[in-house]
Amino acid sequence: MNVRLYVWQRATAALMVPLVAIHIAVIFYATRQGLSAADILSRTRGSIAWAAYYGLFVAAVSIHAAIGVRNVLAEWSPLPERYAGRLALFFGLLLAALGARAVAAVVL
Amino acid sequence: MTIAPHLKHRTGTLWLAALIHRLSGLALAIFLPLHFLVLALALHRAAQLDAFLRRTDQPLVKLAEALLVFLLTVHLLGGLRVLVIENFDWRDGQKQLATLAATISAIVAFVFLVRVF
Repeated sequence: MNVRLYVWQRATAALMVPLVAIHIAVIFYATRQGLSAADILSRTRGSIAWAAYYGLFVAAVSIHAAIGVRNVLAEWSPLPERYAGRLALFFGLLLAALGARAVAAVVL
Repeated sequence: MTIAPHLKHRTGTLWLAALIHRLSGLALAIFLPLHFLVLALALHRAAQLDAFLRRTDQPLVKLAEALLVFLLTVHLLGGLRVLVIENFDWRDGQKQLATLAATISAIVAFVFLVRVF
């Protein structure tokens, strides 16, 4: 892992510490009486705060997970580092696209 | 069972902590696209998301959810330990901190499981 990727990995990790802690609290709150679409959407639809929170979360996790997957592929698979990087980039872009779609689905 | 000398480090608590951090991250990375796809069901009709939530309201799924809560918490706390090591003065007791992170994660997952059943 080069320095640039290391810094992105650690910066997104630091950014996600409060985001994940809030997410775990929301998981506990949301499952207190079983999950329902109405419950989830009543909380998130039209909320700028939740849109910003989940939007930031998706961006950070896409970068963080892609770099992590790149490291695992480079160290644990026979793939050359260049291909590991390309696969990880594809994974990161896929996560960002699916995540953005999920955020749009619950906040718009 | 005897362990080859060059593999001896693999019995250490902190080596295990690093392995758990990596495997939990990998598992979460595999889960995330599925999580996003399920949430996107609400894009077309909330009823579709509701139908999925009802279908997955089963003991085995709840166990899997508790495992995910464990993985997320242990990855958070393990990552926090790494960030603190890298950015602040060294503190002794890293093995105990790693064990504490795993214990807290197991408790959080267990409490989740009790609440959803």
